[in-house]
Amino acid sequence: MIVFDQVSKRYPGSQEVLRNVSFEIQSGDMVFVIGHSGAGKSTLLKLIAATERPTSGTVLIGNQNVSKLRPAAIPYLRRKFGLVFQDHKLLYDRNCYENVALPLYINGITGSEAGKRIRAALDKVGLLGKEKALPITLSGGEQQRLAIARAVVSRPSILIADEPTGNLDEGYASEIMGLFHAFQQVGVTIIIATHDISSIDSQAAVLQLNQGQLEDWRRSARQASAETVQP
Amino acid sequence: MRQWLSLHAQAMRHVIARLRKNMLATFMMWCVMGITLSLPGVLYIAIDNLNRVAGSVQSEPQISLFLKLDIQPDAIADIKKRLSDHAEVAGYRFVSKQDAWEELKKNSGLGSISDLEQNPLPDAFFIQPKGSNPEAIEGLQHELQQWPGVELAQLDATWIKRLYAVLELGRKAVLILAVLLGFALLAIIGNTIRLQVVTQLDEIEVSKLIGATDNFIRRPFLYAGTFYGLGGGLAALVFLLGITLLFNSSTAEIARLYSSDFNLHFLDFFSSLSLIFIAALLGWIGSYTAVNRSLRRLGK
Repeated sequence: MIVFDQVSKRYPGSQEVLRNVSFEIQSGDMVFVIGHSGAGKSTLLKLIAATERPTSGTVLIGNQNVSKLRPAAIPYLRRKFGLVFQDHKLLYDRNCYENVALPLYINGITGSEAGKRIRAALDKVGLLGKEKALPITLSGGEQQRLAIARAVVSRPSILIADEPTGNLDEGYASEIMGLFHAFQQVGVTIIIATHDISSIDSQAAVLQLNQGQLEDWRRSARQASAETVQP
Repeated sequence: MRQWLSLHAQAMRHVIARLRKNMLATFMMWCVMGITLSLPGVLYIAIDNLNRVAGSVQSEPQISLFLKLDIQPDAIADIKKRLSDHAEVAGYRFVSKQDAWEELKKNSGLGSISDLEQNPLPDAFFIQPKGSNPEAIEGLQHELQQWPGVELAQLDATWIKRLYAVLELGRKAVLILAVLLGFALLAIIGNTIRLQVVTQLDEIEVSKLIGATDNFIRRPFLYAGTFYGLGGGLAALVFLLGITLLFNSSTAEIARLYSSDFNLHFLDFFSSLSLIFIAALLGWIGSYTAVNRSLRRLGK
């Protein structure tokens, strides 16, 4: 589903942030990307989400080569992803309902169909009662959950979250991890960058980055067992 | 198709809500555009009305028809009849050579003329053509020149040519002014939209990250620019109407004193419509260039 082959990324005026990274993520996996800050986790996620292009190597998303896509096709590729940003990137001049509505509007979904989906997404993250609230009035954990609701409302096949539990206390963090597990249960591929190793579940795949290089690549229990069944 | 329509309806709702939230700024914008557009508009109305005046003056352009010295009286009667029947002749006056001779002797004050043995003057017709189109009058002059018994058909049309030349100059001035102010409007609208883009940079960035196309991002700004243009065009019409009415109250007085029914005419329906259309188009172009510049700067 997502294949990295000898991918390197260099920003103008800096050293390589990623060096020769290769791996493959199966559909329906839960993958943790770990490493120290500056190891290239965020860059890796941006390459997956097609918000950055690799300097060399190939990134395949569902058999599409991201580097070879026309610029006009990029937005349509991005709609396959639900993104949860490190800094939430909520719109603070709009209420919760309107924040979650944005991805649907981009897809041209409005009216009662949109309303149903928005309420379902808010319900899933436990914010149904706060439709009209402005994001600034929410707690950190609620803002994070709102960001997740916005990421899943358009029913993406891949959910990408950058440090989703970064600034949260343990209670909130496990609540949010629980949400991600629930999404994985319904077949969504989940990719999470984190420095919080304690939250990693033993069944999940782990990509460990160190100074731009792939240090360790533990495949998910699912994938490993699938390989032993069919040698 | 339905999706496309709903995307547009949604962008429009969004923009109208935003314009209403900034009602004062929107109103100011309309006024600025209206004033800018009404400058060439006033000049246009002035030229248009001068043109009407020129068209309504019928007495002045005149063709002098001098007949051959040896013409017979029945030939003169024939010309008279042809002139009365001619479709492009509004009226004519016949001055016989005797009358002209008497007149000349009376008015010239030159005693020596009376000493001439022979009357040197020809019989003449003075003709008022219908309409004031210089080409038509010139055509009439050429036609009359061909008639038998006519020595010379002289057209006294220099003043009307001058008037038309001046009107032509005026029209060019309107055009130049309109083009210059059009650029000014583009700059004004472009700048306003650019500022709006800056205030909504977060929204644009997030939208792009989660898969909005450039068209999706552009759409509300294009609507905003077009609305500014439409409102500006309407404001200009209102201003022009006000100016015309104000002028008419005093021109009517002057016209009454000159016992004429002259009255300033407002823009006709087609011109009003094109004014609004051009204003909206300028709004669209201004916002399109502004948003595109910002999108390119955002890159990626």
